[in-house]
Amino acid sequence: MTISLTPETQQPISLQPQGWLRYLSFSTDHKVIGLQYLICGFIFYLIGGALAGAIRTELLTPISDFLPRETYNEVLTLHGTVMIFLWIVPVVNGGFGNYLIPFYVGARDMAFPRLNAVAFWLIPPAGLLLISSYFIASAAQSGWTAYPPLSLSTPATGQIIWILSVLLLGGSSIFGGINFIATILKLRRPGLKLMQLPMYCWAMLGTSILVVLSTPVLAGTLVLLSFDIIAHTGFFNPSLGGNAVVYQHLFWFYSHPAVYIMVLPAFGLVSEILPVHSRKPLFGYTTMVYSIMGIVFLGLIVWAHHMFTSGTPPWMRLFFTIATSFIAVPTGIKFFNWLATLWGGRIALNTAMLFSCGFIVNFVFGGITGVALAQVPFDIHVHDTYFVVGHFHYIVYGGTVFVIFASIYHWYPKVTGRLLNEPLGKLHFLLTFVGFNLCFAPQHWLGLNGMPRRVAEYDPQFTLVNQLSSAGALLMALSTLPFLVNVVLSAFRGDIAGDNPWRALTPEWLTTSPPPVENWKGEAPLVHEPYGYGVAPEEVPLAATTGSELWRLGDPDRRP
Amino acid sequence: MRIPAAILTLITGMVLVLAGLWVGQNINLLPVDASANAPVYDELFKVLFSIGTILFVGIVGLIVYSLVRFRRREGDQSDGAAIEGNLPLEILWTAIPAVVVLFVGIYSYDIYDRMGGMAPLNDHSMHAMASKEHTWAGISPVSLDQDSGIAPLTVDVTAMQFAFIFHYPNAEITSGELHVPAGQPIALHMQANDVIHAFWVPEFRLKQDVIPGQPTLLSFTATRPGRYPIVCAELCGPYHGGMRSTVIVDEPETFQAWVNQNSPIASASDVTPVQS
Repeated sequence: MTISLTPETQQPISLQPQGWLRYLSFSTDHKVIGLQYLICGFIFYLIGGALAGAIRTELLTPISDFLPRETYNEVLTLHGTVMIFLWIVPVVNGGFGNYLIPFYVGARDMAFPRLNAVAFWLIPPAGLLLISSYFIASAAQSGWTAYPPLSLSTPATGQIIWILSVLLLGGSSIFGGINFIATILKLRRPGLKLMQLPMYCWAMLGTSILVVLSTPVLAGTLVLLSFDIIAHTGFFNPSLGGNAVVYQHLFWFYSHPAVYIMVLPAFGLVSEILPVHSRKPLFGYTTMVYSIMGIVFLGLIVWAHHMFTSGTPPWMRLFFTIATSFIAVPTGIKFFNWLATLWGGRIALNTAMLFSCGFIVNFVFGGITGVALAQVPFDIHVHDTYFVVGHFHYIVYGGTVFVIFASIYHWYPKVTGRLLNEPLGKLHFLLTFVGFNLCFAPQHWLGLNGMPRRVAEYDPQFTLVNQLSSAGALLMALSTLPFLVNVVLSAFRGDIAGDNPWRALTPEWLTTSPPPVENWKGEAPLVHEPYGYGVAPEEVPLAATTGSELWRLGDPDRRP
Repeated sequence: MRIPAAILTLITGMVLVLAGLWVGQNINLLPVDASANAPVYDELFKVLFSIGTILFVGIVGLIVYSLVRFRRREGDQSDGAAIEGNLPLEILWTAIPAVVVLFVGIYSYDIYDRMGGMAPLNDHSMHAMASKEHTWAGISPVSLDQDSGIAPLTVDVTAMQFAFIFHYPNAEITSGELHVPAGQPIALHMQANDVIHAFWVPEFRLKQDVIPGQPTLLSFTATRPGRYPIVCAELCGPYHGGMRSTVIVDEPETFQAWVNQNSPIASASDVTPVQS
């Protein structure tokens, strides 16, 4: 299973190969690196998805009958780690970030191209290391959170390999973050002001600040944890005078911002897609920028809401409840702005738009359960249950993964010069949306009624609802097929897209598709208004207007 | 004559709010309530459920309406109106969520207070603190003597891979199941031997991590006689899913009979479960 994943075993001999081989090389071209992140991430998505399939198969029955219990814990640990550190974080940051950010700032590459390639090439070995731990000894069994003392008492080899792998991935993430900050702040084309950047730049700036501030804390924590395991130090081991709750504080100091590291870039990507396909400017650019920075700040001071049932003093619970709830305010601003962007537009109901709107629906649902979870008394009941599992999958899958798909449909013509097939795309969206909601919505009920998370066996009264959820998971697995067929076939047979099929105004579309090395043949375009769509409300283009629209514009109540 | 849009919007909003309130009050997603703080929790749940329904249905409605109403017709190459923002609108949708969130936060603080979460540590645990190591206040350390004047029943809980052991210090009973009388405050002195576990009774709406090295006090008052599951809610190893037990809430007389029957102390009838 893992052998097919070893692109680095095919290291070419020449320094910079051309053609498809450059995607397996130590290329310093930001577009190549972006695609490397994307494809490598997608392979890990398939692995993580297979692990999820194993979990949902086990949960078809209330007894532990599909996997050995130890293996089940390995599977859930690997599923979480792979999906977070090898799929979502690398793809929304490294993948789209590397491809788009140099275009958006008007640069020919990232600020540190070699560091960029190093950051990518840390990922395949780290991923292989993680997966191979299952075959070498046994993979880590303590969940992706690796809480001590459990992580100190489960088999040590797997846990140590897990720590090494996460350290490598964290390093990759930090290198990427530094590179994005430098590129956005320092490589802007002369004349391009910060407040004229496309929104994805702001999202990546905010995300990278979070990466650089919080990932080192995780790295330090995991190093201490590895000392506890190897050298029998007692940092987090209560029987040696350590404190297990300190680990939780340090872990969540990274891992809550990690949610925003996964979600803020998605917010940025949606802000690029919606204006293009609804032919309107992005509504409220300035407030969108401030709300990103608000989320960055608040995101750093909410971590203890993961620990309401640990021994935390009452004042701390109160503070983190209020701080967490208030994240809903900047997030809400973004959602209302997107709704206002759609309102009165000329919305193309293509797959990119459908996935973006699916994202809004799912994320609003996950956000509402999130505000509920922030309330201590509510959380006491559902903490560590399937309610939480449902909630965070609505955020990271219903939120970010939907945006990843929307972005692939949106930027595929830029990367390949060909369009993806729309009917197949809509089938993909339909299967994903229905499957996703069928899989994760019932899990909220399971959690409220007494099913804890990370269990291989459960009360038989939950059997039917678990089977429903597994059916949804099967639909999600099936939804990958039309997508894969579409992506592969369209690369050879898709309709020719032309340079700018969406008539978009952001700089990546103002070059050929696919773009040349160094992005533009001549000088980089200076785009002061990346969202300059739309006609002034007074002037109506008569040639392209229908009677009903004229009537609507004539009616003061209904004027958009 | 056409109905003005403002009135249609107003009516839609009112219907939405009423529907949300109805959903919150009438759709029950929770198991039965069996402890004194469960009805308080359910009250919070209903409020959150109503607010959530209103917001979710409203936003989904807006999206679907926009997608249908403003969809691009075949061959239409025109743009929408170039509206780049609207400051009063931004202020409005900053202020409304802020007010809602603030209300929810203060309300849940009040709920938490009523559940006993904000109460300062009572004498009982202060005593424990002085005598041995620091005892941590659990999620709901209800002031044990303020409630009803009934003395609390103390039970020592030991969580280990993969079982809960319940010990009644006064009656010297050790049991794998938790028996408690309805209506009397219960003080659980919890400790973990190996890894972190969590004590969860869904029908009590109570959960508390049991962390090695942190003896924790959790108190509650059961109200509804019956058998309810005790679930370990923190991943604790391969048999985590099997780490379950039962809490049996009895009428006080039945409970006393159980104590008399099981207590190894000779004159069992003399044993009254009082505080240690």
